[in-house]
Amino acid sequence: MSQGPILELRGINKSFGPVQVLHDVAFSVYPGEVTALVGDNGAGKSTLVKCIGGIHPIDSGEYFFDGERVHVSGPRDAAALGVEIVYQDLALCDNLDIVQNMFLGRERKSGLVLDEDTMEEMAAKTLAGLSVRTVKSLRQHVSSLSGGQRQTVAIAKAVLWNSKVVILDEPTAALGVAQTAQVLELVRRLADKGLAVVLISHNMNDVFAVSDRIAALYLGRMAAEVKASEVTHAQIVELITSGRSGELGLKNGNGAAS
Amino acid sequence: MTTETLPKQESAESALGGHVKGYIERVKGGELGALPAVFGLVILCVVFSVLRPAFLSAVNFANLFTQGAAVAVIAMGLIFVLLLGEIDLSAGFASGVCAAVLAVLLTLQGWPWYLAVLAAMVTGAVIGLVLGSLVAKLGIPSFVVTLAAFLAFQGVVLLLVKDGTNISIRDETILAIANKNVPPVVGWVALVAGVLAYAALQFVQARRRAARGLVATPVAVIAARVATLAVVAGVAVYVLNLERSRNAALVSLKGVPIVVPLIVILLIVWTFVLRRTAYGRHIYAVGGNAEAARRAGINVDRIRISAFVICSFMASLGGIIAASRANSVDPNTGGSNVLLFAVGAAVIGGTSLFGGKGRALDALLGGAVVAVIENGMGLMGYSAGVKFVVTGSVLLLAAGVDALSRKRAAATGRR
Repeated sequence: MSQGPILELRGINKSFGPVQVLHDVAFSVYPGEVTALVGDNGAGKSTLVKCIGGIHPIDSGEYFFDGERVHVSGPRDAAALGVEIVYQDLALCDNLDIVQNMFLGRERKSGLVLDEDTMEEMAAKTLAGLSVRTVKSLRQHVSSLSGGQRQTVAIAKAVLWNSKVVILDEPTAALGVAQTAQVLELVRRLADKGLAVVLISHNMNDVFAVSDRIAALYLGRMAAEVKASEVTHAQIVELITSGRSGELGLKNGNGAAS
Repeated sequence: MTTETLPKQESAESALGGHVKGYIERVKGGELGALPAVFGLVILCVVFSVLRPAFLSAVNFANLFTQGAAVAVIAMGLIFVLLLGEIDLSAGFASGVCAAVLAVLLTLQGWPWYLAVLAAMVTGAVIGLVLGSLVAKLGIPSFVVTLAAFLAFQGVVLLLVKDGTNISIRDETILAIANKNVPPVVGWVALVAGVLAYAALQFVQARRRAARGLVATPVAVIAARVATLAVVAGVAVYVLNLERSRNAALVSLKGVPIVVPLIVILLIVWTFVLRRTAYGRHIYAVGGNAEAARRAGINVDRIRISAFVICSFMASLGGIIAASRANSVDPNTGGSNVLLFAVGAAVIGGTSLFGGKGRALDALLGGAVVAVIENGMGLMGYSAGVKFVVTGSVLLLAAGVDALSRKRAAATGRR
């Protein structure tokens, strides 16, 4: 890959009280690629993502965006950089419609009044750009959508803002087979459009289906960052469960990544 | 499910059909909206006018408005708190405190009416600020905070009016709010202007959306809405403009009570705020999913506090109207059934107690139902005891309809 990483973290440490959740974590995300972030429960995936998203401040470490060192001290900072996170629980308001949800907190206004027409047009354009064909009307309440459609809306909400990095926290966890395929297709399409996509998943099939790179966390340390084409299914499972696999992974379980 | 990304402009007929079908689907799915309130209102009016023809008289019609005004205004404020899924049990006595402040300043201190009204309104806003901060910042459940305030404010009213004396209000301007009428001609002009403005607004909006290729409201639907407004408001203005005085030669009594345009203005303002501003959108968002709102960068605490401020501010207006109607303020102003009627009005009108669903208009529809029940039962000669039991039952019924429609919405995947 000739291009450098759009987002790069170096030596990230994060503690909650006496518990250190992230140890000296390095993590890079490249534009046009899907980077899978894998790890067992409690490995620190969610914490790492929340640090990237500015919800948790990092204790120490460096945060580079587009080659420049930045300080992210809140969700708004991350959003301003172009980092969007789609959370597992989606964070949609059931009592609002699709357009209202997509623009929540960042409504277009003309003067004091909401500019509903522009918002609806932009939402329609974004969904069309993602080749989403499953929503009947943009003015339908989110409560009437299926799980896959909700995920689609949540992802569309994230890419609406010309974002550069989209992080998806287990987007397929609660979906059926057909819907999972739909969402994965959407994930791949995001990367093909040039966005950097981070996919958090427990499902190895999903990971190998769409990702270009795989980053494995083990007990708060980055065990390995590898290309998906250079590793096997079994190696990744080993990295997740024991932090190492042959030449790959942590040495003695407490050293730096190889 | 159709597979269409961009909703295209359909032919006029199918658009109308789709609109009607969509509405029926929503109702079936548990989004009853104003239906229960409108049905209830029609049934109650028919029953009472059959049993007591006096119910239909112009005098009584005007009475309904002045009777229900204070409750409807307080309910309109309560809707903001209910939209967040919170409750304000102190709204009734908050209105009492504000009315007492008004009366003390006006009658005992001799302040001019505008300063006294301003002081009452500021009192309301400050009450809301305190209640809202306790709920949002300290995290005490609103039920407990406002229950405590309910008790405390009852005491404050007593202290303000010096242990149960009755402070009469003699200021002409304040008395005029609930006791004087708009000249009939002005009533008609305002009606025509209002209906035309509404029609123009709807048409311009539809035209603009159609021009941009978005789904616009069909002309027939707009026409139906405008016609409904024109007929309902027209009949009301016509009846209110009839001579209501028993002895017209001595003193003429006709025209729309001044409190009515006041309520209409409040309705327009709060409807605009809820439907057309980002602030209103954020209120719905916090009521629907506070966590989602927080992640979207909305300051949830500030929204909570502001809702309580609006609620108590509206309660202060309700208190002023109540004081004007009673010509006085006593320890019971804003007490007894005022709060229950206001909550009942909001819920009967279609505002959900679970948050996230409700409109400013609900307060008027529900307020009308409550006023009709109280007025009609009064005409029938029932005692206060029976009135309380019936109103309580209606409130329970409305809350039941709310809970059931919510269940139904969940079952049909609309929640």
